[in-house]
Order: sequence, then C-alpha cells, then structure tokens
Amino acid sequence: MDRPLLLRAEQLKRQLGNRLLWSQLDLELRAGERLGLVATSGAGKTLLLRALALLDPLQAGTIHLRGRSPASWGLPRWRSLVLYLTQRPVAHGGTVEENLRSPWTFQELRGRGGWRRERITGWLEALGRDPAFLAYDAERLSGGELQLLALLRALQLDPTVLLLDEPTASLDRDTSVAVEALLVEWLAAGSRAAVFTSHDSEQIQRFASRTLGLAR
Amino acid sequence: MTPTSSGALTISDGRLALSALLILVNVALSAALRLGLARSLLVASVRMVVQLLLVGFVLEWLFRQDNAPLIVLLGAAMAMIAGVSAVQRTRRRFAGIYLNSLLSVMASAALVTGLAVTGLIQPQPWYDPQYLIPLLGMVLGNTLNGISLGLDRFMEGLRSGRDRVETALALGASRWEACQEVVRDAIRVAMIPTINSMMVMGLVSLPGMMTGQILQGAAPAAAVRYQIVILFMIASATALGVFGVVGLAYRRLTSADHQLRLDRLINAGKQG
Repeated sequence: MDRPLLLRAEQLKRQLGNRLLWSQLDLELRAGERLGLVATSGAGKTLLLRALALLDPLQAGTIHLRGRSPASWGLPRWRSLVLYLTQRPVAHGGTVEENLRSPWTFQELRGRGGWRRERITGWLEALGRDPAFLAYDAERLSGGELQLLALLRALQLDPTVLLLDEPTASLDRDTSVAVEALLVEWLAAGSRAAVFTSHDSEQIQRFASRTLGLAR
Repeated sequence: MTPTSSGALTISDGRLALSALLILVNVALSAALRLGLARSLLVASVRMVVQLLLVGFVLEWLFRQDNAPLIVLLGAAMAMIAGVSAVQRTRRRFAGIYLNSLLSVMASAALVTGLAVTGLIQPQPWYDPQYLIPLLGMVLGNTLNGISLGLDRFMEGLRSGRDRVETALALGASRWEACQEVVRDAIRVAMIPTINSMMVMGLVSLPGMMTGQILQGAAPAAAVRYQIVILFMIASATALGVFGVVGLAYRRLTSADHQLRLDRLINAGKQG
C-alpha cells in the first residue's frame, strides 16, 4: 500500500536577479520520507526550503499540503505544518524554557497541544542533555545548543513536514547521530516527513531515505 | 534703538550683520580641529538667513490676506515639505515611502491644528494666518522629527531583527505577532524627544515661541498658556503621525501572506 502523499510542489522556479537557480521543479513527499537536498553552495537549497514554507513569495508554480493550497490552510497554519528551521537559529531573552513556550502564545497555536515538559525532557535525555538545560539563559547558549533549542521548539509543534536547513552544522558527531535517531523516531510517530540539507555527505548517506539534486 | 509699537527693540541692519560674526566661532573650531564643516556651516548660515528674511516678507504679506483657500493651500505646501524632508533623513527607502510620509504628516497636522483653531484658541476667523501658520509650523517641525526617527528605526529594526522575525513567522506567527516588537520599539523611540522636551520644559529650555512672545512684551503668564497648548498639540500630532507612518511602513514591508518583504527596501543613496 502506498504511503499517503503529504506535500506536492509543481513547477517551482527561483530566480535571483538574472541568475536562474532552479526552475520547473517538481517535488512529492510521502509520509515517513527523509529527503536530502544535494547541491553545491549557492544553488538555492535554502531558498527552496524557504519557498516550501512560503516565507518568500513563489515566483512560479504551486504547492499543496494534503491536497489543499496554502491559502485554504491560511499562511500561519501552513507554516506551523510545513515548518522551516533556519540555518541561523535565534532565541529571544529569557530561559530556554521560555523560548520553547513562546510559539504556543501565537494565535495559530493556542489550544493546540501546548507546552509539555515531560516530552521535552525526554527528548533532551535522548540528546544527552540534562533537564537543567531548560533553565539556561537562551542568549548565552553555544551555537550547537541553540540548534538543539530550535529543533525542540519545532518538534514539539508536530509539523507534518519538517524543513531542516543544516540542522546539525554546529553539533559534534555524537550529538548529530543522536539528533538523527530522534528525528527518525519522531517521524515514525505520525504521518510526517522531513526535507533536509547538509554539507556532510556521510550524514546524507546515513539519514536520507532519498535524495534530490538541484540543478538548472 | 527704538522700541516698535508692540514693545520689542528693533534690530538694525548693522547689528544683524554683526550677529553673523558669531558663526566665526564655529568656523574657527572646524578649522582648528579639521572637522571639514566650514563649507556646510557657511551654506547653512546663508540658507538660514535667506530663508528667514524671505519668510519675513512672505508672512507680512500673508497676514494681510483674508482668503481661506489661499491660506489652507499654503499650509498644505508646508506639510508637503515636512513630509518629504522627514523621508530624506532615513537611511533606507521603499516604493511609496514619500506618499506614506505625506499622508501621515498631513492627516495628523490637519487634525490637531484644526482642533486647536476651532476649539482651543478660536481665532476669528479660524483661518486667521497670524495664528494658523505659526501653530501649523510648530506642529509640522516636530512631527517631522518624530516621523524621521520612527521610520528609520522601524526599517533598521526589521533588518537587524530579520532572523528573529522570520523565526517567529516560520513557527506559525502572524505578521503582526512577528513584527509587533519592532513596531512598538520604533514608535517608542520616535516619541522620546517629545517626552524629554516636555519633562524639562521651562527648567532647561525656554521654548522659542514663548521667548518671542515675552520679548514682544506679552505677559509671561499668558505666553505660558500658549506654550502649554502648543506642547500638547505637538505631542498628539507627533504620536498620530508616527503611528500612521510606522503602520503604513509595516503594511508595506510585510505581505498579506504574512511574509517579511525586505526585498522592497533599498538603500538611500546620499543622506540628507
């Protein structure tokens, strides 16, 4: 039996000034898939992930999630379901816990699940971190810790499609492997999929269930 | 020197010229420290003198007019100049920024000045240029500063806070939820000068208008009353103007699809 189709993008195009990055790009994502984007630097991997989250206007083409257009979902809803994790994670002032709680104050997310401390501490344990991490000052985290914060902040919202832009770039190898295992487990727990980029070809081999090359 | 009919001493041409020598202090300082300001100082001095002498003539002519459309038209022209100047001091631009600034300046100044001449001061007729034009001028001068500050701070705030705004958007925030901190900060910064000047008013600074009235022989107690009305006018017009211009910029630099549209920002070539 075919796994359900989650995301379908058709005929996407991205141009920066006169430079055409990619065009006529079609992409289908089914539940459980881990799609690795493979391309040289500057080929527009980040821009493709941003386009799928509709953080930039589409220059051409259409995207549907479970057969529905972004407009019919509503854009904030769309982004909470097709969630983009930036290469440069940011936190606001306050503790890690306050940062993890803050998305739940958005109108879109109010009344959907909400803050669950045990879930987060479980994930922290899987990543080899103490629950004391929650009390850390978020503005003093290292680059790697900030990436973990951003990852947990996204995972707790249970998006349908997770868009990961170099998710382990600032992490050591052991933690990277732990993140991959956590993601595999999280993906298996629902009808979910992930698209990711990485400069680490080993990671792509380890983690991707399928790859997509970006070429003109 | 002989007193004029209204009380203040007249400044003769010779003494006016003498006062210009004071600018030599600036020129000497600039030369000694190589600030490179001599030329700008000179241009600014000449502009100030010429503009003010001209305005003196224009006002003398204007105060004899009794033509409402003409006076309102002149007020609109002043508001236009204020709207354009406000934008010229910002570091970045977007399409429609001048229109946004003009709308905000005109709406806020018209509302507040209109209220003052019809309700608070009530000159007869309401468009009496001796009241309307100086009141409008003071409101515009201050609104202009607020709008400059607010616009500049908002655009820079969105640029420097881009990652934070987009992180919120990516997690499902609406554009308002993602940008409200930047909007608030811009409005707050734009209001600071007005609040500061009200705080120290009379203690540190004696405002120009009050000084002028007192020199003209008006009772200080009466001059103070005018000043109070003016300051409230300035505070409310600045707040309205800043709110308007930052709100319009917010709408322009985000989209109905809850996207941040910094691609619409361009650098201002030369700064004014």
